[in-house]
Amino acid sequence: RLSALCCQAVTLPALSCVALCGGTHGNELSGIYLVQETLKNKRKGEAMEAVTVVTVISNPRAVQQRVRYTETDLNRCFTYAMLSAPVSERTPYEIIRSQELNSLLGPKGSGQAVDLICDLHNTTANMGLCLITYADSDWICLHICKHLQARTNDPYTSVGKHGFAMEIGPQPHGVIRSNIFTAMQEAVHLMLDWVRLFNSGTQFDEGSVDVYTMVKNIDYPRDPYTHNITAAVHPELQDRDFCLLYPGDPIFLSFSGEILRYKGKEPLYPFFINECAYYEKGVALLLARKSKVKIPAIQCSRA
Amino acid sequence: MGLITLPVIRRMAVCGGTHGNELTGVYLVPELERQRREKGDTLWPVPVTTVLSNPRAVKECKRYVNKDLNRCFTSAILSSPVTDTTPYEVQRAQELNSMLGPKGTADATDIICDLHNTTANMGLTVISYSHTNWVIMHIYKYLQEKITKVPVRLILLNIPICDAYSLESVAKHGISLEVGPQPHGVVRADIFNVMKEGVNVVLDWIQHFNSGKVIEGAEVDVFMFEKSVDYPRDTETQNPLAVIHPQLQDQDFCLLQRGDPLFLTFSGETVGYDEEEPLHPFFINEAAYYEKGIAFHLARKKTLVIPNIQAKND
Repeated sequence: RLSALCCQAVTLPALSCVALCGGTHGNELSGIYLVQETLKNKRKGEAMEAVTVVTVISNPRAVQQRVRYTETDLNRCFTYAMLSAPVSERTPYEIIRSQELNSLLGPKGSGQAVDLICDLHNTTANMGLCLITYADSDWICLHICKHLQARTNDPYTSVGKHGFAMEIGPQPHGVIRSNIFTAMQEAVHLMLDWVRLFNSGTQFDEGSVDVYTMVKNIDYPRDPYTHNITAAVHPELQDRDFCLLYPGDPIFLSFSGEILRYKGKEPLYPFFINECAYYEKGVALLLARKSKVKIPAIQCSRA
Repeated sequence: MGLITLPVIRRMAVCGGTHGNELTGVYLVPELERQRREKGDTLWPVPVTTVLSNPRAVKECKRYVNKDLNRCFTSAILSSPVTDTTPYEVQRAQELNSMLGPKGTADATDIICDLHNTTANMGLTVISYSHTNWVIMHIYKYLQEKITKVPVRLILLNIPICDAYSLESVAKHGISLEVGPQPHGVVRADIFNVMKEGVNVVLDWIQHFNSGKVIEGAEVDVFMFEKSVDYPRDTETQNPLAVIHPQLQDQDFCLLQRGDPLFLTFSGETVGYDEEEPLHPFFINEAAYYEKGIAFHLARKKTLVIPNIQAKND
């Protein structure tokens, strides 16, 4: 799919079908309400020209119970192994659901997969608007990033041909904040505008995008017997997502008042600082390296 | 102003994890226990019982397992017979009542400080039942003087003690310390420090009071709970049709006047406050209240006079 001459735009097929997924985590409310409202507006007869938008509530059971997941995190169920695992009575609900979603929106890796998946998430971390894509050579997603002036790159898997997660915070899980909902709504509109422009033949210029690539994560200090955390993210790090962290900077403040410092050798960019759902995954924050990724000019190939 | 003599404080309890996902208390309780192990019983002016109120909910990091524990302390529920189908939290409430009460008797612990968090922007809010409980009113006054990092307010619920449903009503002088904003399931260092300071200030007050000094009265501003307001909802599905308006979000304890925005519907309309009487909203956009049909509560602000008090050994 890469063009032969480096000066020409890369041509890619039109994105005729875009899937908007909310409620992949049942307590991340912005996406759930956005999908429900989009569905309501569609029923009222609002046309969506030049691109078909499919809306999905990914994990309806978790949404109904307002929990992240019922048995296992749906957003970790899209590996090829899990998608092809045989289903029995003991198969967790979310694995059955990931296989259903794969049929509906994929199958992953096939020609019938939807062209673009936008998976809507919230975080308790102060991350603003972030796009999370899984490949730094996905020119569609990177051009969308550039269009939205948002930023991140992290290896989560996707089912569509192109996919990204749109993560907006800070918002407590189980809460819907107006400013966060509006930000997500505007970002989704901008993204769909870009898709319509792309599909109608607009050439998007080459350029570069700042991308944060995850290097490692840091867990909370824990009690060796109970495994309970013994410190909170330090007040000087709390809410400072994407501010450069230097060796020696404070990262934790123990409940008994001691400061624990960053012992890495390299200054890195922290993000997902104090995300509620990551306590059980043993992650207090992620650390990323920042780089500029060059993206070629792209244009839709006319069939 | 007169002087009211009251018995010395002999016992106190600090409770965390009454809601298993309100993490400040969940971590402050073991930290207090660690301090006591390290420094011994003389650390505090009175023996302090530390309790993790709802251990099963804490383990699962959920608000509750079967039923909200903090609604299980009415006299009726505390005396109801236990069967196979009794919810876990009702049984636990009865255990806590034996341990720290019994509610309404002379054996009840003197002070309970129950630690809570909220997703609402409420600073440090003291919640209690009685505006004539001078111990509580003085503790609140002292907290207001000593805590400067965040605003400190008092909410009074106008409910007789036998109908009072929350854990701290088991004590002779019970308060909830509610600190926010903090997402449930998250522990923030700044919020932890406010709560830790709050508990230390309460202990400090007990020491002053027990020393026999006259504690001077004053005028204090309090917020008396008036009523709750729900989200506008779809009549068929009961789903909310609107979100807290961005101009109201995070403005807990502001004064709402007629016409001020309350909600923003998903279709972009503003729903305004249409009552005559200006009131003060609080618990604005608390996660746990969505299922209880509450977008926020409203309170009337009042100035109360509290008398001088003095401890007397009886």
